[in-house]
Amino acid sequence: MRYLPLTDTDREDMLARIGVADVDALFSDVPADKLLTAPVDLPRAKGELEVERIMAKMAARNVAASSVPFFVGAGAYKHHVPATVDHLIQRSEFLTSYTPYQPEIAQGTLQYLFEFQTQVAALTGMDVANASMYDGSTGTGEAVLMAHRVTRRKKAVLSGGLHPHYADVVRTLSEMASDTVVSLPPDVTAGEDILARIDDETSCVVVQNPDVFGNLRDLRPIAAKAHAHGALLIAVFTEVVSLGAIEPPGAQDADIVVGEGQSIGNALNFGGPYVGLFAAKSKYIRQMPGRLCGETVDAAGQRGFVLTLSTREQHIRRDKATSNICTNSGLCCLAFTIHMTLLGQAGLERLAQVNHANAVALADALAGVKGVTVLNDSFFNEFTVKLPRPAAEIVEALAERGILAGVPVSRLLPSAGLDDLLLVASTEVNTNEDRAAFLAALAEVL
Amino acid sequence: MSETRYTKDHEYIRVEGDTGTVGITDFAQGQLGDVVFVELPSLGKTVAKGGEAAVVESVKAASEVYAPVSGEVVEVNSALEAAPGTVNEDPSGKGWFLKLKLTDVAELEGLMGEAEYQNYLKTL
Amino acid sequence: MLNRQGRPTQGSVSAHEPHATFTGNRALQQIEPLIFEIGHPETTGVDIDAPAPFKSRLGSHARKGEIGLPGLSEPEAMRHYVRLSQKNYGIDTGLFPLGSCTMKHNARLNEKTARMPGFSDVHPLQPVSTVPGALEVMLELSHYLMTLTGMPAVALSPKAGAHGEACGMMAIKAAIAAKGEGATRNVVLVPESAHGTNPATAALIGFSVRSVPAREDGTVAVEDVKALLGPDIAAIMLTNPNTCGIFEPQIVEIAAAMHEAGAYFYCDGANFNAIVGKARPGDLGVDAMHINLHKTFSTPHGGGGPGSGPVVLSERLAPFAPVPFIHVEGGSARLVENAADAPAGNQPFGRITAFHGQMGMYVRALTYMLSHGSDGMKQASEDAVLNANYIRAGLSDLMSLPFPDHPSMHEALFDDEWLKGTGVTTLDFAKAMIDEGYHPMTVYFPLVVHGAMLIEPTESESKASLDLFIATLRDLAMAAKGNDKARFTGAPHHAPLRRLDETRAARQPVLKWVPPVPLAEAAE
Repeated sequence: MRYLPLTDTDREDMLARIGVADVDALFSDVPADKLLTAPVDLPRAKGELEVERIMAKMAARNVAASSVPFFVGAGAYKHHVPATVDHLIQRSEFLTSYTPYQPEIAQGTLQYLFEFQTQVAALTGMDVANASMYDGSTGTGEAVLMAHRVTRRKKAVLSGGLHPHYADVVRTLSEMASDTVVSLPPDVTAGEDILARIDDETSCVVVQNPDVFGNLRDLRPIAAKAHAHGALLIAVFTEVVSLGAIEPPGAQDADIVVGEGQSIGNALNFGGPYVGLFAAKSKYIRQMPGRLCGETVDAAGQRGFVLTLSTREQHIRRDKATSNICTNSGLCCLAFTIHMTLLGQAGLERLAQVNHANAVALADALAGVKGVTVLNDSFFNEFTVKLPRPAAEIVEALAERGILAGVPVSRLLPSAGLDDLLLVASTEVNTNEDRAAFLAALAEVL
Repeated sequence: MSETRYTKDHEYIRVEGDTGTVGITDFAQGQLGDVVFVELPSLGKTVAKGGEAAVVESVKAASEVYAPVSGEVVEVNSALEAAPGTVNEDPSGKGWFLKLKLTDVAELEGLMGEAEYQNYLKTL
Repeated sequence: MLNRQGRPTQGSVSAHEPHATFTGNRALQQIEPLIFEIGHPETTGVDIDAPAPFKSRLGSHARKGEIGLPGLSEPEAMRHYVRLSQKNYGIDTGLFPLGSCTMKHNARLNEKTARMPGFSDVHPLQPVSTVPGALEVMLELSHYLMTLTGMPAVALSPKAGAHGEACGMMAIKAAIAAKGEGATRNVVLVPESAHGTNPATAALIGFSVRSVPAREDGTVAVEDVKALLGPDIAAIMLTNPNTCGIFEPQIVEIAAAMHEAGAYFYCDGANFNAIVGKARPGDLGVDAMHINLHKTFSTPHGGGGPGSGPVVLSERLAPFAPVPFIHVEGGSARLVENAADAPAGNQPFGRITAFHGQMGMYVRALTYMLSHGSDGMKQASEDAVLNANYIRAGLSDLMSLPFPDHPSMHEALFDDEWLKGTGVTTLDFAKAMIDEGYHPMTVYFPLVVHGAMLIEPTESESKASLDLFIATLRDLAMAAKGNDKARFTGAPHHAPLRRLDETRAARQPVLKWVPPVPLAEAAE
């Protein structure tokens, strides 16, 4: 077996040195009737070529985003990732290292985490950011728990523009902890009166911007009302590229900002691994979940970085920890920070501009199709269209024609009576030809 | 006229009249290592004997500071927020945590005196 | 100089320090500034054409202020991150004996398959009809995990071990609620030796935690568990093999006692690498167990993630698994994304992440499993256990074993009894290992052992590598006992940095780069 260095002779010598007759003597604490004698019923070892063939065969059954005109979003976005990013994250010293618990031999990881935290803080307009969460949805759940700790209240108000899966994650976690969740109904055109739902028992208001239907929202009045009642505003985003074009939540007085960072540096991966971004006002740092990297000096006075404020975390605080999170998204966070470093402010603004331009072009074109209505006043790179028939049927018919057209709202909200709505995203990867193919195919199926 | 009493969890309370100053002992700060953060209660909070009154953190550990006796928090040492290292440097002096207005002076009886506490340390 | 907490007290140059260089660099060890010190906001390493003029739909929401992020050109970025990588220790660098973390070889075939466009470039919400291969990977992985654990069901979506714990404990909570016992069964038993994630998870989802004492021999006694059982006990969270590296001898009895009391057995599967193909948790009475794909099945740790923590579930917990999941009926597979679509008899407790979990990690883990096969996985566990015991045998005359009565499984646990009177601490010993070219073992965990040193070599080490490691630790141990304190208390001497001041970092947290104040302003 190519991965196992010991030879049979080695094994015999080692058993002799230990002083046991065979390896099963080392398993003597396993009840005798529970120790397996034969290998389990699975195929035997295979060579690299054979394994590669099996995996390639399965991979070939899926339609890859780059192989077709692709307009699917709703929380994960197809972007171009520079070749440099994937090369660098595969360097052994990044790929095969562990959580930097020994800082003297992990400065590579620690310095990029410090740079990542700084980038996320700047992007969101917040004071501090942590070293990442699993993804945007789990981060949102953690943000709600954090708000409960800060306010010592137990009621979260969720906007109807919050991604339904994110809302589900919050509700599941809250139900388990016996906390209260007030969920507003799906808010397709950003018309909800969320201010009326904020009261003195409210711990936090959770608002997504751009929202799941693509609308851009003004967070300032919500922040003001929340603060007047002693509650926090949690601002959520699922498309981080939008922060290259729109007002950051920090500038709108959000208290906690959480979002999905997949768009920068990370592939679609059928939903994971992704990277959750998490930022807050500095007065709340001791209530933040997840790892934090901080600057310090070594014994010779040189600048260095360490994981810090660890007493918030599970390995020290146990049942009083701010979260149970341990492993985060290290390598995805590295991919994010490398891509963001390559972009810089100039590159990110340009990328955001191209995304917006492509989405505007697509919205304008779709608005010209008979029977199709674009519902958004404002949007960034994703918007909602109303179709004359159930969107799921149309998406399926377009898929048969080699166009991946978007996400039917019914897939996210199966019983909301919004079956004729389709979420459509367009990023820098879409060409004029992609758009033309989409429109032509749509004309056929409508 | 003051008297200092100790708990088995290494808190001390120095009593003057009906008010007691609470902190952690020199032994406790030594065990904990460099103190990096102190969380103090709000003024006016009432704590029961043995209840959590404050939290003290080092780099690798966090410990609750329990109230040696029941009482109301009448003063906290907010200087510790900016200079938590004071707990290491002068635990029984400038490194105090909070002052309690005692509910029941009789509760002091259950705590150790100076000599008793020193003997207790020898058993650890 | 270090004080007794290992904290630097002054900037000093030790006798080991070579003469200074002009740059501060030392050959391949380069001092690398932050991107904020070398980049500029107008620099970019990505060329994107400006769009043709168009009418913005951002409305009043367009960004007004600067972002303030520097960019680097491609060559600058490449050099920055390569230099940073050179300050890191990885499995590919050398032996990485971090107990409880299973730092085994990460095969690059797994990276290659995970990057096949059919896996990496598919969207979680594209039509299900366009991703049959993705569902096939998930079903195949499930089949392997269920077969290896002897369990009838698995929830794949947890993003990491602790997330898997939460998923398993939520299933238990839902099952208890379904029996109408939600109000009364709300206490979870956790041994003192447990990973911190166990009590944190239990507390996260509204259970209170009661501690189970550890026996003198490092194991949990069924009598001690029984003494705590009652109508208020929901579950026990037990790691097996446990955090002391011992297979819990009474695990079957403990599981039976839990079940008899109407409670559940959650097994922390962090140490599954010791028993893959040797024993099945399903045969031991486990109700739920997470599997760290990034430990046992070799998906890279990546400097702290991403992980993946599928949870295998017993028959009585399976109906409560969260959405999404794949339901197989009559030979065809169906993706269930909403509770309303769940097959009859299922009551999913909810959803724990936006999409389908860590597909990228599923592909890597499945590639590992196909490569190893049933025979290779069994051999890997045996070698992991053999390697740990070989290290133990090579060191136990010099270093003290807290639990000599049980064989070690895949990790060997020492305490610091043998260091008494030397003035050298576990931390000093670990830092001296860095100078010798090794990543230290896990230190000060588990908490039940004083000055713990937990050594997990994994199956990836050759005998020659183990022999050198043992010889090195023996040399260090002799030095510690022989009063060569300087080798330890100032260590590491040869790493990119000397020991770091963690107290300073915690007392005055600096969590992001802040532009330096211009001298003119500072003078005002």
